[in-house]
Amino acid sequence: MGFLISIFLSYRMRQFLALEPEKHGKWDELLKRILIISAVLLAIASGLNKHVPMFLAGYGILFWLCWNIYKLPEFSGIRSLMFSIAPLGAVTFLDDTFSFFLPSFYDEYDYFIQIGIIGGWVWFIATFISFQKQHKALKTERELRQKESKEAQLIAARKAVLELLVQERTSELKDQNEKLQQALNDLSAAQTQLIHSEKMASLGELTAGIAHEIQNPLNFINNFSELNAELADELKHALDNGDTEEAYAIINDIKNNQQKVVHHGKRADSIVKSMLQHSRGSGSTKEQINLNDLADECIRLSFHGMRAKEKSFNAKMETHFSDEVGQVEAVPGDVSRVLLNICTNAFYAVMQKSKKQIDGYSPVVVLETGVSNDKVWVKIKDNGDGIPPEALDKIFQPFFTTKPTGEGTGLGLSMSYDIIKKGHNGDIRVESVPGMGASFIIELPKK
Amino acid sequence: MKHILVVDDEVDVQVLFEQRFRKEIRNGEIAFSFAFNADDAIAFLIHNVRSISLILSDINMPGKSGLDLLARVKKEFTNPPPVMVMITAYGDDTNYQQAKSLGADDFFTKPVDFIKLKERINNF
Repeated sequence: MGFLISIFLSYRMRQFLALEPEKHGKWDELLKRILIISAVLLAIASGLNKHVPMFLAGYGILFWLCWNIYKLPEFSGIRSLMFSIAPLGAVTFLDDTFSFFLPSFYDEYDYFIQIGIIGGWVWFIATFISFQKQHKALKTERELRQKESKEAQLIAARKAVLELLVQERTSELKDQNEKLQQALNDLSAAQTQLIHSEKMASLGELTAGIAHEIQNPLNFINNFSELNAELADELKHALDNGDTEEAYAIINDIKNNQQKVVHHGKRADSIVKSMLQHSRGSGSTKEQINLNDLADECIRLSFHGMRAKEKSFNAKMETHFSDEVGQVEAVPGDVSRVLLNICTNAFYAVMQKSKKQIDGYSPVVVLETGVSNDKVWVKIKDNGDGIPPEALDKIFQPFFTTKPTGEGTGLGLSMSYDIIKKGHNGDIRVESVPGMGASFIIELPKK
Repeated sequence: MKHILVVDDEVDVQVLFEQRFRKEIRNGEIAFSFAFNADDAIAFLIHNVRSISLILSDINMPGKSGLDLLARVKKEFTNPPPVMVMITAYGDDTNYQQAKSLGADDFFTKPVDFIKLKERINNF
C-alpha cells in the first residue's frame, strides 16, 4: 500500500510541479524515477507475501515524500493533499505493521483496523475532491495571474516603447520649436530690415524730388536776396535824390522780398525736416501739424521724385485745400510717410496708364483736403487703371503688391494702414473703379 | 518794347521778374506776361503771339511740361516764331538735350542769373 500511495503522491507532485516546469526540472526528474521505481517495486511486492524489506521500502518512500512536502516551500501548495492521504497512509501502515509483526493483535482487532482503513479512504476521497477543487481554483488563479503578469509585461513593454516614442517626439518638437524660434527671430530681423529698406527705398525715390523741392526755394532765396541788395542801392540813390516816394516804394519791396526769403527758407527747412523724419523713422510724438502744408509738400515731392525717375513722365497735379483743416495733432514723419506713399502710388498708376498711349488720356492726380464732423480727411485720387476688385481686400496686407517684381516691397500700404489705424486712431480706405482710377481717403481725428 | 511771356508754376517768379526789371518795365522797355502752366501759355499765345518776342519757360511743371510747350510753339506758332528760352534745373542733361533737339533757342540754368538774362533780352 506504501508503494501505491507513493505512486499516487509522486504523480500528483509531478502534476503540481508541471505548473512551473522551468523552476523544478530537477525535482520532476527525481519524482519520475521514484514513480517508476515504486511501480516496479509494487509489481514485485505484489508477487511476494509479507515481504518486510518491501514493506519498509514502500513506507520509507512514502515517508520521504511526505517529509519533503511538509518541509520544502516549493511543495507548500500540495500539503493539503498530504494531509488528505496521511490518515489513509497511517492506517494502512498500522494495518501492514500489525499484520507483519503482531498477527494475533491484528486478527483480534482487524475489524477496527478495517473500519480505520475505510475511514481513511473516506477522508482521503472527501479531502481529495476538495483538494482537486482547490487545486483547480488555484490553477485558474495562477493562470489568471500569469495572464495578468503577461499583460502587465506587455503593457510595460508598450509603455516603454511609448515613452521612447514620446521622448523622441518631444526631442523632435523641441528641435522644431528651436528652429521655429530661430525662424521667428530671423523673420523679425528681416521685417525690421524690410521696413528700413522700404523707408530707404522710398527716400531714394524721393531724393530727386527733394533736391528739386529744396533747389526751388533756395533759388528764390538767392534771387530775392540779390534783388534786395540791388534795391538797397536804389534806396540809397533815391534817398540821396530826396525821392521819398520812390524810397518808400523800395522799402516796401524790400520788406516783401524779405518775407519771401523767410517763406522760402522755411519751405526748404520743412522739406529737410520731413526728409530726416522719413529716414530716421521718427519718434511717436504727436504734435500740431498743418496738414495742408504737409500734404502739399508730399504730393510735390512724389511728383518730382517720379519725374526724376521717369524723365518722359508728366502728369497734372491738382490740389484743393480746405482752410477749415488747419492744425491736426499727428506724428508728422509718419503722416508724411503715408501721404508720400499714396501720392507716389497715384503717380505710378497714371504713369503706367500713360505708357499705354491711349488717345485723349491725360494723367491727373488730385489731392483734396476737407473736414467732416470731428475728422479731417485727405483724398488722393488718380485716373490710372484702378485696382482690380480681387486685390482691393488685400492691398493693405503686408507684402501684397500689384507692382512687378523689384518695383514694390508690398510694405508701403500696410505700413500706412498701421500708421493711420493704430498710430493715429484714424481710418484709411480705398475706392476704385477698374479702368477709371483709384481714390485713397485718409481720415484723422481733429484732436 | 519787348514783350516777354514767362511760364513757370511758381507764383513768386512773377514778383521776382517784376522787381528785377522794374526800371525796364517803368521805362516801357520790357513788358512781362505770366502763365503758370503750359495750357495757359498756349491759350495766351493763340491771341498774343504776334506781340510776344520771347518766351521764357521752365521745363519741370505739373501737367504739360516746358518741353511739350516748346514742341507745340515750334510747331504751331511759326509766323513769326517767338524766341524760346528754356530754364532747366542744374545738371538736368536729359531735359537739356531734349530741349535742344526740339529747337530751343537758348538755355538758362536755375537759379537764373538776371544780369545775364538782361543782356540776353537786350540782344534779342
